[in-house]
Amino acid sequence: MQLVLEKRAERSHTIALVSPLIAIGLTIVTMSILFAILGKNPISALVVYFIDPLTDGYSLQELVVKATPLVMIAIGLSLCYLANVWNIGAEGQFLIGAVAGSWLAVKTQGTDAGFWVMPAMLLLAAAAGALYALIPAICKVKFGASEILTSLMLVYVADLVLDYLVRGPWRDPAGFNFPTTAEFDPVATVPVLIEGGRLHLGAIIALVVVAAATILLGRTIKGFEIRVVGAAPRAARFGGFNSDQLILLTFAISGALAGLAGIIEVAGPVGHLQPGISPGYGFTAIIVAFLGRLNPIGILIAGLFLALTFIGGEQAQIAMKIPLDVTKVFQGILLFYVLACDSLILYRFRLIFASRQVPSGTG
Amino acid sequence: MELVEAIILSVLAASTPLLIAATGELVTERAGVLNLGVEGMMIVGAACGFGGAWLTGSTIIGALCGIVAGTLLSLVFALMTLGLAVNQVATGLALTILGIGLSGLIGAGFVGEKITPAPHLHIPGLTDIPLVGRILFGEDAFVYLSLALVIAVWLFLYRTRAGLVLRACGDNHVSAHALGYPVLRIRMFAVMFGGACAGLAGAYLPLAYTPFFIPGMTAGRGWIALALVVFSSWLPGRLVIGAYLFGAVTILQLHAQGAGVDLGQLEEVVDQMGQPLGLLPDGAVIAGHRLGVLHHPVLDGLVL
Repeated sequence: MQLVLEKRAERSHTIALVSPLIAIGLTIVTMSILFAILGKNPISALVVYFIDPLTDGYSLQELVVKATPLVMIAIGLSLCYLANVWNIGAEGQFLIGAVAGSWLAVKTQGTDAGFWVMPAMLLLAAAAGALYALIPAICKVKFGASEILTSLMLVYVADLVLDYLVRGPWRDPAGFNFPTTAEFDPVATVPVLIEGGRLHLGAIIALVVVAAATILLGRTIKGFEIRVVGAAPRAARFGGFNSDQLILLTFAISGALAGLAGIIEVAGPVGHLQPGISPGYGFTAIIVAFLGRLNPIGILIAGLFLALTFIGGEQAQIAMKIPLDVTKVFQGILLFYVLACDSLILYRFRLIFASRQVPSGTG
Repeated sequence: MELVEAIILSVLAASTPLLIAATGELVTERAGVLNLGVEGMMIVGAACGFGGAWLTGSTIIGALCGIVAGTLLSLVFALMTLGLAVNQVATGLALTILGIGLSGLIGAGFVGEKITPAPHLHIPGLTDIPLVGRILFGEDAFVYLSLALVIAVWLFLYRTRAGLVLRACGDNHVSAHALGYPVLRIRMFAVMFGGACAGLAGAYLPLAYTPFFIPGMTAGRGWIALALVVFSSWLPGRLVIGAYLFGAVTILQLHAQGAGVDLGQLEEVVDQMGQPLGLLPDGAVIAGHRLGVLHHPVLDGLVL
């Protein structure tokens, strides 16, 4: 008797819908076991993780604030992944975007520069992120270098560039030697939506990005080309689609979105440039993209869910002394289950009994 | 001259984990699987390796714990990518994210503890030869082991039938399957070997490199090991050169800082810039051709 994985004749739409839910369910079961091993009450731990953050206004705002960069980055990544190219370096593009935008904020500090500073910072950040993402894309198209490794290695470069700038040229002279720039001027910060709250304009921008991606993928020829190149490269070649151009395009878009998310994070919730501005948004966004089935609306929901794990993780650390590493374990396990369940959309298991004879004539 | 000796000794120590991890990944990739989870397996290997050594007081048991941990994680990867035909890139990333979290949990109890580092070889007479003595005859066991490992892998890949079959699985899995070789099973063993090596490489860090455990102590070495495999064009001999080159750059940067050439982060930026750029020439010649093979999904409906 053997268990065999065989390809379905067509995608199973039922499983496509329920697979993220199954994955979340399995993750919660696994996490309960882990909490029990750590000697914590699984039920109360899960409540702290997933329910408590949803019960007060501050946490809800924080949820959206954390989901904003995740959703923006994941939308860009989903375009790459749909086209079957692997941008793993969104974290670096995020940081470079933050650096490029901050440049303007630092240079205009204390001057009477007007309202144009913020929009210009956003544009600069998007352009820098796109250019930075084009490095691995061009290397892939021109030299055939693996974009996975080059884009990933550039994360470290971006990290060190940021580190160098805030410890050197851009350090706040009045900052007691802390590696950080001075607080940005009001014209160089992303405005908050509710007076005194945390919710900022970035949330709106993220929603616009989701809408734009929905239209791009569902209603335009470019979106169609991206999906065909990924799903059926041969068909795309016969259709005359320029796959090199699409690689550059998807990398540029995802870099621009990551860069934009970077400057929004720095000029919004953080308020100045410093090392450690990202708790791994660029990598978590990869999970968001897959959990959201590479679909813009799905990514929006998945982004909110993953943001919940960040906030729940912090609260669980404070309330129950659960180590912050549990959040990483949670995210890793979730991605495993999502990928495993997704496999069942295209494949199914079948038991084959060894005693069964192969019908003659079929070989 | 003592400085030169000290630099060479520290280069060898810094290169060894890279060499061990990259050798394992080379075998995995030669079988046609790309496991991006090296960093995750290394860091869990580091935590388990330190835990084992701290609890038992034995470096060997520590190293074995690291190997077992790395192998177990690689089995999860094999189950997903080979058993369920899941995308290798995404699964490898998941493995790294999971590994970083797991190592933090496992290692939480060991932070701040110290162990006796792995002893260095000492042959009276030979080790005392000036200059070359300590470099050739005064290393810890892992350094010799890593070189033996590379030679063993080279012999296996190019001088045995099993090695030929393994390479066939990577070069043309359809033909290998048609010839009746169990492609998935061979790939599973290759992935497990890669996991064992990554676990050992991770364990080397707290067992011999620094005698304590800090969370995140692999610090991206797993990713560099992956880059090294490409850098070496999948050839074990070049892997040795590459690993020592990368180790040397890391150490020289530290010494340059110590000697007053304080370029600080800037130098590290240049160093890191060199890593992706170092991939380019090989990328141009070989990666385009070979990675095309490596990234092919697993055959449909094959039996494990």
